[in-house]
Amino acid sequence: MNLHEYQSKQLMSAYGLPILDGVLCYTPGEVEAAVDNLGGDLWVIKAQVHAGGRGKAGGVKLARSAEEARKLAESIIGMRLVTPQTGKAGKLVRKVYVEKGCNISKEFYLSMLVDRAAGNISIVASSEGGMDIEEVAEKSPDKIIRVGVNYGVGLLPFQCVQLGLRLGLNASQARKLSELLYPLYDMFLENDLSLLEINPLVLTAEDQFIVLDAKCSIDNNSLFRHPDLKELKDYDEIDPKDLQAGKHGLSYVALDGTIGCMVNGAGLAMATMDIIKHYGGSPANFLDVGGGASKETVTEAFKILLSDKNVRAILINIFGGIMKCDVIANGVVEAAKELGVNVPLVVRLQGTNVDLGRKILADSGLKITPAETMAEAAQAAVNAAK
Amino acid sequence: MSVLVNKETKVITQGMTGKAGTFHTLACREYGTQMVAGVGPGKGGKEHEGIPLFNTVREARDATGGNVSVIYVPAPFAADAIMEAVDADLDLVVCITEGIPVLDMLRVKEFMSGRKARLIGPNCPGIITPGEAKIGIMPGQIHMPGPVGVVSRSGTLTYEAVFQLTELGIGQSTCIGIGGDPLNGTNFIDCLKLFNDDPQTEAVVMIGEIGGSAEEEAAQWISENMKKPVVSFIAGATAPKGRTMGHAGAIVSGSSGTAEGKFKALEAAGVHIVRSPAEIGAKVKEVMG
Repeated sequence: MNLHEYQSKQLMSAYGLPILDGVLCYTPGEVEAAVDNLGGDLWVIKAQVHAGGRGKAGGVKLARSAEEARKLAESIIGMRLVTPQTGKAGKLVRKVYVEKGCNISKEFYLSMLVDRAAGNISIVASSEGGMDIEEVAEKSPDKIIRVGVNYGVGLLPFQCVQLGLRLGLNASQARKLSELLYPLYDMFLENDLSLLEINPLVLTAEDQFIVLDAKCSIDNNSLFRHPDLKELKDYDEIDPKDLQAGKHGLSYVALDGTIGCMVNGAGLAMATMDIIKHYGGSPANFLDVGGGASKETVTEAFKILLSDKNVRAILINIFGGIMKCDVIANGVVEAAKELGVNVPLVVRLQGTNVDLGRKILADSGLKITPAETMAEAAQAAVNAAK
Repeated sequence: MSVLVNKETKVITQGMTGKAGTFHTLACREYGTQMVAGVGPGKGGKEHEGIPLFNTVREARDATGGNVSVIYVPAPFAADAIMEAVDADLDLVVCITEGIPVLDMLRVKEFMSGRKARLIGPNCPGIITPGEAKIGIMPGQIHMPGPVGVVSRSGTLTYEAVFQLTELGIGQSTCIGIGGDPLNGTNFIDCLKLFNDDPQTEAVVMIGEIGGSAEEEAAQWISENMKKPVVSFIAGATAPKGRTMGHAGAIVSGSSGTAEGKFKALEAAGVHIVRSPAEIGAKVKEVMG
């Protein structure tokens, strides 16, 4: 679950981390008032959407007067922000965060994440702040500093100091950085974050660190113990189809192809997408109905697939283990009848009670193309979608 | 021969009395696995489906000689269940539960260091030595005993691969689902080592997924150590960057963890890669001659 910048900063503020005064606004009028209240002579208006690359896309602007702030807010609120992370459709900006400006002397990159390979928590930092960190990693990997924090031992003073010195800080600045790292590490652990990213972390002309932009992701699996964080979920940022899928225990990711897929299991679902591509087609989605799909989940999955206007054929690939093929077949038949499926339907069933399942499909009177193997099923679906 | 589990294996189930636990315990027993005990605090002295229940894993082990545990405990309590089993010095702990917070798994990893037990999973289908012991949720009937070791991050895609093998008359020595989570107990290399040393295993099928670098590390190990042919497929070549594909571990970030990168690393290590998941069985047949 991703947090907005303003939410991440609220969380940081509770840990005493240095953030600038800011106000969340929904209208240009609110922005104008916020600027007046904040005082000063420079403000930043920042679009609050779940996507990186907001600055380059025109979602972050500097204002030097209340009137200018209002005008900029008028152009940002309601725009569709298109960044490399949003896809072509972009994301509608519903709110902006207005912050006071500051006197930047140097920008850094700082993040914390769980390092799966090392089995520890990794701090990643770079003197190349404000840039796309993946680009930095590719072009100048020597500028990326990684520190592994042993989960059992915790963050150590020497690690903080070394990190600071490797970033090119002097001793006093490195000490100030240490004072940031401890609360950040606590915040990471106490809130079950999977990613905490500050880009940039700035050093001001007054030699103070300030968190200028912040991004947090919370481990979805931990939300049961963070009811307060769960409340921060912004449903406007989630694709309605994803939301619908989530409610019914389905895992769904929209893609831009023409073949709708319904599969049980994440690995098999990805493999089904791959084999569609292998035969020259393109998958419209990833959809995993999970291990315990019922008639209801199959119906919901169908609804989601059919609501995608690009879908020209549907491929159902179920390997019945725990899930019995006859149960799935009944679900498919009932859902297809109820919803009136008007695109070609290719069904491949395999595993437990497969013969019974196939018979149910054959006797249903529905126009279903049965397939025995994944290859057959994918070829049939690719041909049907042409 | 086989790896990790066989007909001598005695299994303790943690979380046996729930719906999933009951269903799968019975299915495993029906397959022929020795399901010797269940564990549930406050349930000691009782029975469930004819299997004795104990308050703790240690009591269950002492009373029944159980040496392996399988866990169906709900995610909020699963990490604790794993650590209890590890503390009881079992040989193997198989955690089926999905959705365990990643920080809980970091704690588990810390707890396990220097101890005897091996963990498989979490978020995995389990482990099966066909004809001897099935520990987990895989459909037993699609397997047959034979010479091919299977290791995979996925559940149903493993069934697909096993099914293809069995259809071609090629049996399996042991099939291990290592799970789709970012942090797991047993990794590809651990399993490859076991298969490399197992006299029954003549070839290995390794099924990977996008995300992380476990496949690349396995490729490195294979190029230096593997004496037996390996056939591999990586799921997720068509997955977009930055989106989680069902498994928490299946996410491509930046240029790392892509299917293409993994295919290339494996191919360079001499692994027989298949680009279509429908050709796993056929490739094994070709490789084994």
